[in-house]
Amino acid sequence: MKTLWLRSAMIGLWFAFLTLPLVGFRTDFLEKTFEFRPWPLLGVFAVTSLFAFGWSFISSRPAEEKGLFEAFGPVSGVQQRLTSKPTLLVLLALMLVLPLVTSGYQTGILITALTYIVLGLGLNIVVGVAGLLDLGYVAFYAVGAYSYGLLSQQFDLGFWVVLPVAGVLAALLGILLGIPVLRLRGDYLAIVTLGFGEIIRLVLENWGEVTGGPSGISGIEKPSIPGVTLDFQQQNQFLYYLILGLAFLAIWVNHRLQNSRLGRSWLALREDEIAAEAMGINLTQTKLKAFALGAFWAGVVGVFFAAKSSFINPASFTFHESAIILSIVVLGGMGSIVGVVIAAVLLILLPEYLRFLQEYRMLIFGAVMVLMMVFRPEGLIKNPRPLYRIPKKDGPS
Amino acid sequence: MPEWASYLVEIFFSGLTRGSIYALIALGYTMVYGILGLINFAHGEVYMIGAFVGLIFASLFSIMGLPIWAIFVLAMLAAMVWSGAYGYTIEQVAYKPLRKAPRLAPLISAIGMSIFLREYVILAQSADFRAFPAMFESLPDLGDFGDFLQPSELVIITTVFVVLAGLFYLIKFTKTGRAMRAIAQDREMAMLLGVDADKVISMTFILGSALAAIGAVLISTQMGQINYNIGFIVGIKAFTAAVLGGIGSIGGAALGGLVLGLTEAFAAGYLSSDYEDVFAFMVLVLILIFKPSGLLGKHHVEKV
Amino acid sequence: MFVRPLVLPLVLGFCWFSTGLFAADTLKIGVAGALSGDLAPYGIPPKNAVILAAEQLNQQGGLLGQQVEIIAVDDACKPEMATNAANKLVASEVVAVIGHICSGATKAALPIYAAAHLPVISPSATSPELTLDGAYPLFFRTIPHDAAQAVVQADFIKDVLKAKTAVVVHDKGDYGKGLALLVAEELKKRHVKVLMVEGVTPGAVDYSALIRKIRRAKPDVVAYGGYHPEATKIVTQARKRRIHASFISGDGIKDPSFLKIGRQYVEGYYATSPRDLGKIRLTQQVTEDLAKRNQRPGNFGLQAHAAFSALVNAIKAAQSTDPDKIKQQLQSQQVETTLGSITFDPMGDVVGAGFSVYQVQNHEFVDLHFQLK
Repeated sequence: MKTLWLRSAMIGLWFAFLTLPLVGFRTDFLEKTFEFRPWPLLGVFAVTSLFAFGWSFISSRPAEEKGLFEAFGPVSGVQQRLTSKPTLLVLLALMLVLPLVTSGYQTGILITALTYIVLGLGLNIVVGVAGLLDLGYVAFYAVGAYSYGLLSQQFDLGFWVVLPVAGVLAALLGILLGIPVLRLRGDYLAIVTLGFGEIIRLVLENWGEVTGGPSGISGIEKPSIPGVTLDFQQQNQFLYYLILGLAFLAIWVNHRLQNSRLGRSWLALREDEIAAEAMGINLTQTKLKAFALGAFWAGVVGVFFAAKSSFINPASFTFHESAIILSIVVLGGMGSIVGVVIAAVLLILLPEYLRFLQEYRMLIFGAVMVLMMVFRPEGLIKNPRPLYRIPKKDGPS
Repeated sequence: MPEWASYLVEIFFSGLTRGSIYALIALGYTMVYGILGLINFAHGEVYMIGAFVGLIFASLFSIMGLPIWAIFVLAMLAAMVWSGAYGYTIEQVAYKPLRKAPRLAPLISAIGMSIFLREYVILAQSADFRAFPAMFESLPDLGDFGDFLQPSELVIITTVFVVLAGLFYLIKFTKTGRAMRAIAQDREMAMLLGVDADKVISMTFILGSALAAIGAVLISTQMGQINYNIGFIVGIKAFTAAVLGGIGSIGGAALGGLVLGLTEAFAAGYLSSDYEDVFAFMVLVLILIFKPSGLLGKHHVEKV
Repeated sequence: MFVRPLVLPLVLGFCWFSTGLFAADTLKIGVAGALSGDLAPYGIPPKNAVILAAEQLNQQGGLLGQQVEIIAVDDACKPEMATNAANKLVASEVVAVIGHICSGATKAALPIYAAAHLPVISPSATSPELTLDGAYPLFFRTIPHDAAQAVVQADFIKDVLKAKTAVVVHDKGDYGKGLALLVAEELKKRHVKVLMVEGVTPGAVDYSALIRKIRRAKPDVVAYGGYHPEATKIVTQARKRRIHASFISGDGIKDPSFLKIGRQYVEGYYATSPRDLGKIRLTQQVTEDLAKRNQRPGNFGLQAHAAFSALVNAIKAAQSTDPDKIKQQLQSQQVETTLGSITFDPMGDVVGAGFSVYQVQNHEFVDLHFQLK
């Protein structure tokens, strides 16, 4: 026990030392002021030592009592429970009814969450299932949004027309990106895709004559049902149902893809590229298809985003976005659709509902991300390989 | 000297200055990648923290009235110590538990850590731009040569080259360096041979972070102000440089940094400053298309 | 078990309730702007100024017999966050909004306010289209827009600085680039040769390449569009490399930090900014009151305070919060504010708060009393 206390105190001291200059000192050399603040340091010392103590205490307990971490239970259990018929039906009913009973603000947040669900599902194809680390996914999102912005402004094309067009455009761009990176291994692929994402954003920012530069494009048309005029509230609700429909579509398509031949070849690609090639999988085609299909969803959602915001500029398409979408996929569990949905809801709704924490909001968000990974590196829902249980025959054999 | 030639030389020195800073920080990325196979996204924030620690101590010492060179050296040392400490702690908290985890988990952990550190500095210090003591003021003017090169640039370039030389010596000729190379090559085998993997890994993080701190203090002095966001852009650029040169290769990081810096400077100086970043990334893509492992990267033959 | 499937919906429902609003009998006014992120230094002072004004108003009995409640939302100057913030304010049933701070965020949020028929007064969004487009009849601002500012800069450059050549630099941001391009256009109209228009990436490691490029071009004037951090970095490096051109920028640099951090390198720097308000008694009073709370007016705090005053005045005069009546009052009445006596023109722009040209002399911004022809 005593060593435990000592160790915790040492850890506390270490953190106090660590935060000494940044938390303990306040200085302004122009004003020639210097301030030493011991109390926050003491606070850091106290909190971290207590935390360290609690942590060691829990980990020193016998294994069965660690139940806290196994709360999610065996993988198939959670997934089964969450996707069971009654749960899904209740959820469906709730989702359909929500915009009619809540305020525009809440609906707005849910629209954002659903947008990220579709984005997460799209990236899930590339990263989660096919194992291709794409750090520039936001580029396709931007392409979709700007396609709608520009096409609707210059050529007066409607929302419904541009929706598939932008998706196809993004898919083509995905293939374009895929071709030069076919030969690249894991992390080189990551940086090239990152560079690609940045290039797109920079071009959007600087090619002012076409894209409007940093001032972006404003006054973009909202989607409408031909012949029907909607007021503002109804517009919002219409947008909600639209993205809800897109989300369902994405879930369905993803589900079917994963269980298809293409999906299985992606899984093989992810697990071991060389073995997959040895088994006769055409690496080039498989990779390009992954990029294209993933990009397609981003393009489609991009159109939706532009229509919803009616104003877009390059500041919405930074690396930070790609990082968040990637986090959604990894947090959810590579390849798991249910996981991606939960992770998207968590990562998007959390900062909104943490608003009451004011300045500490993003601090906690970052900490939560780290903690989630440390405690559950495989993601919320481990992606199980398809399992076929042979049903037991009843009665005497 | 004809005008076009002197301009060329000037732009060259601009690129060299920029490139040396990129190289310094790229080293941190490349060393960690070489040993752990991990892209340390939080490295840019360690750079930023180094700048802030440097600022705090430089302010403290300047208020105390120490001579400029003392302030510079002491602030730099302080920045190195604390950056190293932060690098060490980040590794222990965010990466060590994930050594056996799937490849992407430490990446996301790094991203989360990066967000956390930025907010931490905003809360602990401020979100505003803070003035950094200008310590290069008292440097002598370089006279005629001063047309090409600013004294501060000279200091930056020479410091980085000295550091690089020192690092090279460390890696090639010392026991610690040998241990690092061993762990990078084959961790299990090195452990079997008696190398303490944890110690070496920690050393790597500390070293990389200290290097970043040097770069941070140098550039912050040059720029005159810092804020919590400076780590972001530098981080991405330096990481690009590391990959460009061949990630995992120390020489590659240095070369990559220089190539990137020079590309940007020439693009800005001769084309348009608007597109300097685009050029940098395009060069990266081009180089990787023709040399998928980067300029000096070793082509890993994957055995089945 | 029936309980488990309900867990997720219950959690969501809890979240919904926890952010639900409790109705109270107050007059709600929204304040939207960057309260976090890079541009928070521009968004926090306006919020503080409005809160100060509201508290003082409440002490005097409130507005229309009710206490005024300020609802502040953060948009970090990002368009998507701005739409969320706008939705939140609309859902909170505010009668008017003071904000947003950045033009981009304002552009994103206006359709939401327009649909909700709310009057919006911005203390700092200077993008000309916001009013000149005519798309948002209920949008006003207490700061002249960039096109006007560009004219002042260009005239000053031509007539006072008598420049023949100029270099225009910007920070690739919405405000900075917008203003810079407008200035470049105005300069061309006045036959001043614009040698180059270049952008810098804020936060880049080094600007020496661009500085050297500028030195090679030897312009008479460098016009920079952007905020003070980059401006100080650029002018410091330029002066160190013996570039002798005059530097001029817009209101984005007129901040005490510019003087503090720039020290001797910003001597002689010109800036266009709303008129010097230090002599107006109300302004002095407000500045003092803010100082008592350890707050400063910042770049746009006084504009925000003026916006609030104008709004309150209009509501009082119309004895209602009806948006059209408010608009009518704003455009017909003069109101005494921290900016002087102002009113609003038919497009929503402020009248009476013009621009002045300042120069840094002896570590202070000095009004040069430059008159537009």
